[in-house]
Amino acid sequence: MKSKKLSRSGLLLAITIVLFLLMYVSGMLIFSDKGFAKPQMFLNLFISNAGLIVIGCGLTLVMITGGIDISVGSVTALICTVSAFMMENMGLSAVSALIASLFIGLLFGVVQGYLVSYLEIQPFIITLAGMFFARGMTAVVSTEMISIKNELFLKWAKTKIILPFGYTNKKGVYIEAYIYPTVVIALLTLVLIALMLKYTRFGRALYAIGGNAQSAVMMGLNVRRDKFKAYALDGFLTGLGGFLFCLNSCAGFVEQAKGLEMDAISAAVIGGTLLTGGVGGVVGTLFGVLIKGTIASLITTQGTLSSWWVRIALSALLCFFIVLQAVIGSVGSKKNRAKLV
Amino acid sequence: MKKKMISTILALSMVTAVLTGCSGSGSGTAATTAAKADTTTAAEAATTKADSADDSGKTLTIGFSQVGAESDWRTANTESMKSTFSAENGYNLIFDDAQQKQENQITAIRNFIQQEVDYIVLAPVTETGWDTVLQEAKDAGILVIIVDRMVNVSDDSLYTAWVGSDFELEGQKAAEWLNSFATAKGIDPKSLNIVDIQGTIGASAQIGRTKGLQDAVDKYGWNLLEATTGEFTQAKGQEVMESMLKSYDNINVVYCENDNEAFGAIDALEAAGKTVGSDIANGEVMVMSFDSTKASLTDVLSKKITLNTECNPLHGPRVEDIIKALEAGQTVDKKKYVDESIFAVDDTVKSVTVDGNSYDVTVVTQDVIDQRAY
Repeated sequence: MKSKKLSRSGLLLAITIVLFLLMYVSGMLIFSDKGFAKPQMFLNLFISNAGLIVIGCGLTLVMITGGIDISVGSVTALICTVSAFMMENMGLSAVSALIASLFIGLLFGVVQGYLVSYLEIQPFIITLAGMFFARGMTAVVSTEMISIKNELFLKWAKTKIILPFGYTNKKGVYIEAYIYPTVVIALLTLVLIALMLKYTRFGRALYAIGGNAQSAVMMGLNVRRDKFKAYALDGFLTGLGGFLFCLNSCAGFVEQAKGLEMDAISAAVIGGTLLTGGVGGVVGTLFGVLIKGTIASLITTQGTLSSWWVRIALSALLCFFIVLQAVIGSVGSKKNRAKLV
Repeated sequence: MKKKMISTILALSMVTAVLTGCSGSGSGTAATTAAKADTTTAAEAATTKADSADDSGKTLTIGFSQVGAESDWRTANTESMKSTFSAENGYNLIFDDAQQKQENQITAIRNFIQQEVDYIVLAPVTETGWDTVLQEAKDAGILVIIVDRMVNVSDDSLYTAWVGSDFELEGQKAAEWLNSFATAKGIDPKSLNIVDIQGTIGASAQIGRTKGLQDAVDKYGWNLLEATTGEFTQAKGQEVMESMLKSYDNINVVYCENDNEAFGAIDALEAAGKTVGSDIANGEVMVMSFDSTKASLTDVLSKKITLNTECNPLHGPRVEDIIKALEAGQTVDKKKYVDESIFAVDDTVKSVTVDGNSYDVTVVTQDVIDQRAY
């Protein structure tokens, strides 16, 4: 049972990766003279989406348990605005803003996790309330747009990590490829969560809970506690991801990160995480994020298409993956039945 | 075994899906390739005559990141850029609509940098948060021109120039017109009881337009009864007007800081049984507005709005002037204002003078409205 599920998720993951590679390579071929083949174009996918990768990791955890968290976008806006407010209006340091961000994220995770796991309320409703609450609180903190000018913060945001390769632009200047520290943090987080899911007892328990919560109880797992921990961790990762997002935008305002939760959910689904739980992983989510970034990049590079095509292409991909998951799922269950007979 | 087969089939079907997906956008791609071929030949031609100083044959690539398409003003702004930087005029415009999201604009600018565009034109969603990405553009040696809203960055050298409206001048023009109008009609300045429905507090349009009025109030001794924000919306404009009418019964001039507020104020005034118009002496309430959208000029034609000061969205030609100057190696002004008209209901005042410059007042006719782009 377990091994079959894993191979199913492995198949979905493989499809996502192949699709990403196909899209990227065709982009490189079609738009080779528009800079698409440059290494920096690829690195920009990570730079622009570092926050989303971390938030997507957290969301994947709760989706594996069969839950959902749609508050992440609003919480990100709250974190950015609180950070900006603390640094600019209260004169506090960037470190305290980081701590506050992590704390806010964790707080949302703990409260929502408690309500979902111990009071057994639908996660959609709870996190919907969280979404409204966070967006509302953002406006309470500040309705004005706050620009972050804190020196240490800007240093974190602007320090380039130069890579040992680059390109020569048309003016003949050699430009080194670079990433920002946010990318390193995002990828490190991703690796840690992936290892945790694969090798720790807690990680395996999440799959068991999402696969079938009742059997998980019978297996002797503390379902409520593990679910609670998943939401708490998701909240913490939203706090971290939100701060990374803030490092990219260097500003805080009410309308920030609107719809980010939907980007994160679609990335997880495209990455092979089932909304019904029990199947999925964060590596897939990473590729989901990269696919979304690549579509946006392709359409911007093309230059004449309306950028709303990003949404249309994403929706087509989502449908494709959901149908694919259903097909693979039904093939699996048919095989099960055949075995029983 | 069976599983393997299924996966192979799936993989195949997926590849087909991707391929059809590509061919779906094939026509667009083909067009781009064709355009690209042109560009390449032009570039080659430029290289061959690289030694000659004549660069006029060079195609300039402009990356334009626009806020979105939330209003008629914005659409007119986009159209102005598109028609100015068209292929016929020798430009290759890469246009990106950010759908009101700052993060989309940041991503688009990074993309422009990798495409090695010659200039980046940015109409920012927000005033803040541009330090990092504009630094990246600067590092790559690409000049950035800001249009419409200003950016708030720690280092001014991150952008080359800004093109937009002089909101304070708009306010001054409106106030000077009111002064000339009152003088021409023989109205005592002390009897002008003005209310100001302000824009969203802190927006540059609000700050400039409020200041223009405030300075004139101090200068000419008008009565400014109250200034409250209507947040640039029709609903809020109506609400504020209603509450002002309850507090004061002698209002004869309503100064609305955009058209939407004016629409709301007119509704509230008419609901309260007032007549809107320019004949203050006979109890009419004068409505003044800004932006000059088509809908509001129609209201000027029907004499509901007496004066409408334009906020010009046609930034394209101004940006082109800057780019041409930069290409010719000249220095450009850091700030460049667009020309803006004044639209009035009649020709009582033919022109207004602000800081020694004279600005003509246009009387609104159906022809004027028909010629407007937005």
